Amino acid sequence: MTATTADAPPPDLRLPKRRGVELLLLIGAVLISVYGYAAVGLAKNDAVPPDVAGYGAGLGLLALLAHLAVRFRAPYADPLLLPIAVLLNGLGLVLIYRLDLETPKDQAAPTQLIWSTLGVALFTTVVVFLRDHRVLQRYAYLSVATALVLMIVPIFFPAVNGAKIWIRVGGLSFQPGEFAKILLAVFFAAYLAANRNALAYTGRRIWKLQLPTGRVLGPIVAIWLLSVGVLVLERDLGTSLLFFGLFVIMLYVATGRTGWIAVGLVLAAVGAFVVGSFEPHVHSRVEDWLDPFASIDAGQGPSQLAQSLFAFAAGGMLGTGLGLGHSILIGFAAKSDFILATAGEELGLAGLTAIFLLYALLVARGYRAGLALRDPFGRLLAIGLASILALQVFVIAGGVMGLIPLTGMAMPFLAQGGSSVVTNWIIVALLIRVSDQARRPQPGHAETGIIAPITEDER
Amino acid sequence: MIRYIRRAAALLLLLLVALLLNAARIQVFEADSLDNNPANRRLTIARYGQPRGNILVGGKSVTGSKNTGEQLKYERTYRDGPLYAPVTGYASQTYGTTLIENAEDGILSGTDSMLAPLPLWNEITRSQQPGGNVVTTVKDSMQRAAYQGLGGRRGAVAAVEPSTGKILALVSTPSYDPGQLSGTGSSVTDAWARLNASKSQPMLNRAIRQTYPPGSTFKIVTAAAALDADVVTDPDAETDTPSPYVLPGTSTTLPNEARGCENASLAEAIRVSCNTVMADLGVRVGLDGMVEAVRKFGFNDTGLKIPSGVVKSNFDTEMTDDQLALSSIGQFDTTATPLQMAMVASAVANGGDLKSPYLVDRTTTHDGTTVHRNGSHTYHQAMNPRTAMQLREMMVDVVENGTGSNAAIDGVTVGGKTGTAQHGIDNSGRPYAWFISWAQSPDSGQPAVAVAVVVEDAAANRADISGGGSAAPIARSVMEAALRD
Repeated sequence: MTATTADAPPPDLRLPKRRGVELLLLIGAVLISVYGYAAVGLAKNDAVPPDVAGYGAGLGLLALLAHLAVRFRAPYADPLLLPIAVLLNGLGLVLIYRLDLETPKDQAAPTQLIWSTLGVALFTTVVVFLRDHRVLQRYAYLSVATALVLMIVPIFFPAVNGAKIWIRVGGLSFQPGEFAKILLAVFFAAYLAANRNALAYTGRRIWKLQLPTGRVLGPIVAIWLLSVGVLVLERDLGTSLLFFGLFVIMLYVATGRTGWIAVGLVLAAVGAFVVGSFEPHVHSRVEDWLDPFASIDAGQGPSQLAQSLFAFAAGGMLGTGLGLGHSILIGFAAKSDFILATAGEELGLAGLTAIFLLYALLVARGYRAGLALRDPFGRLLAIGLASILALQVFVIAGGVMGLIPLTGMAMPFLAQGGSSVVTNWIIVALLIRVSDQARRPQPGHAETGIIAPITEDER
Repeated sequence: MIRYIRRAAALLLLLLVALLLNAARIQVFEADSLDNNPANRRLTIARYGQPRGNILVGGKSVTGSKNTGEQLKYERTYRDGPLYAPVTGYASQTYGTTLIENAEDGILSGTDSMLAPLPLWNEITRSQQPGGNVVTTVKDSMQRAAYQGLGGRRGAVAAVEPSTGKILALVSTPSYDPGQLSGTGSSVTDAWARLNASKSQPMLNRAIRQTYPPGSTFKIVTAAAALDADVVTDPDAETDTPSPYVLPGTSTTLPNEARGCENASLAEAIRVSCNTVMADLGVRVGLDGMVEAVRKFGFNDTGLKIPSGVVKSNFDTEMTDDQLALSSIGQFDTTATPLQMAMVASAVANGGDLKSPYLVDRTTTHDGTTVHRNGSHTYHQAMNPRTAMQLREMMVDVVENGTGSNAAIDGVTVGGKTGTAQHGIDNSGRPYAWFISWAQSPDSGQPAVAVAVVVEDAAANRADISGGGSAAPIARSVMEAALRD
């Protein structure tokens, strides 16, 4: 493939660092968030919120901290990643604050701000202390062990809203499964990078499908089945869907075997059908998806999904304007799973498209870093992390808009949820790290660095 | 690996496209049907998101709106709620709307497309206009006079301006405060349950939604029919009627409460309220003639609107002669709303030209620009002008020399007719006292007002005495209020 030459960095060119661009974009992101915050106050109380300066300063300080970490520790990193994360996080805070105004007894924005701060702190920590992403490769098995423990622990805690994915200690609650996403991506990337040739070329061939040997395939399939099994046990269908998609995408990218995707899809279809038919909690979600208005016809009032559809419809093309919608009618999950409905109602199709494009840009930049990297582990890690974001957005957005059955999941950065925000900040930190590696000029190794992927793809 | 990364990216791009198309599907193509889903609270929230327009009496608003700060933000308030309830109705977040609140809801809530500054503006912006106002024809002084006159007894008053059909007063007692029903919550549901359970039926609008046997006041209609049909050519000539009178085809005798009714003239029969003469005249006019005559006054009309619907006043269209005889003196199945009987008095006063009654003078935008103005329309020529002149004289005679003396006003031409209607099994209930009348200043070419008053459970239990005793003084004070300015 000759086209790939253009994707690899030219050997002698010193890439611009573009930290100034990042700073400007960050200022823009903070200003947009502050504007949104002020707009909510104007719409609801006819006055700019008194703490708007404090909110702006707080968000600005977080952004600046993250920026400085990137500037000094990952100077070649992609300049779009951080501003997009800050903008989405800022917008999420605005939306949650806006919904808080409807529920005076249940204030979520202050907690979310604390978690966001913690997220940025962890982001900074990762950027500062993780000098090279390849270090993570060494901890592949520690990662997967930790991930499994994290996922199993909530089984021993009581279910919340039908899903056993929470750990509650004191007043704090978090979903350990969120962190497991990253750890699992690290493990998949490391294992697949180490074994991809064996997965692709060894083993018996049945019809068009080349099967790898059980010794190579076994461990990873076992891990995957275990994690999905645990999630099904915990009734966290969204995350199991995410892990499944992540596994298939990474396996495909590592081996290039389309057959794996086919096999994966068949397995997923069978699994989804079985779970959707026999697990009551999931079954009701499927029913609701097939006919969102059944509960209205039955005289029980609109379901959450129906309320969500009403909210999106009320937004129309341009939205009602921040603070002027009624998506709080959705009920208790309005700030978490259904936060996108508020965006859809108050920002309209225009705003929703903008948000989707922001996510798309974030994912695309992750993929871009993956393409530009030279080591297979880094590539697979970048693709895996970016795919987590993409799949998560699709599963939750598709769910609240009636495209696919609803599964409880958090819209990255937007939704209320501490573990989610923290996890996504770590994902962005890792993407910053790999993109820094990808764009960093590598004197002396440039020639060999671009040869490897070309030969591989042109076999 | 690069090729597969690109393919994976293409897959994710497909998912993005699916999301965007789906968003467009919901937010653009299915938006209207989702917006209009009855389970979608947004229409209700928008409806109460702005103050409702006001209902005006004599240039002053009798309604208001208060900001509750709740999801359904603005609640209706009422000034002198019980006094005006039969006019305004209620506008409740829980129980909907009635009467003018219902009939003019589009204007009051701001959804009427006529309120928009430009045609089709609302369709484009999907926005609401501020609520407009409804200016009623009611006169505050007359409304109060009627309400105070009834004094909490069960009853109703309807007053119209004969030359135009404007309804000047519409009172029903006992009444209720519609403000109690405005909002949501237990206080509203409690009030609703209490009002509905009350034996005195305070939410019943007796002026337009309740019919009563009109008793002797109906004799004006029978007289008009007899004169128009030339059954009687000279009101002062003797009629050939015995007293008591045997109902045709039966052995039942119909007595008179008054004396001197044997062979009494029509004028005399009206003055002292002879049953025998009027029953006989109704039979002589015949069923077809009577049905046609009552139709022109508004009986049997199921579509009368002011703009709220008025229940049908009844005169049977298939009867034997003995039933016709009883119907002709306002008994048997003959029933009438107080408004219907005010229309009868109005037709006589206005030379037979009966105007359609109406309660809403005009509707305006919130800043007072007229959106729609109601004018005066002839409902029917209820009788010949000559007949009307003769009946006017007879009704004046009732007030000056007959049973309606309690309605007389110094220096003013007042015509009236009393009535007492028996009801209940074997007439065991206390009778309904009726009085219908009209008044005209000597210096005016037109009658000022026509009034009908009904009082349930009148104190005096003798025919016509109760109509003249209980109802006539109320009519007089209402007429005095009409003449005062």
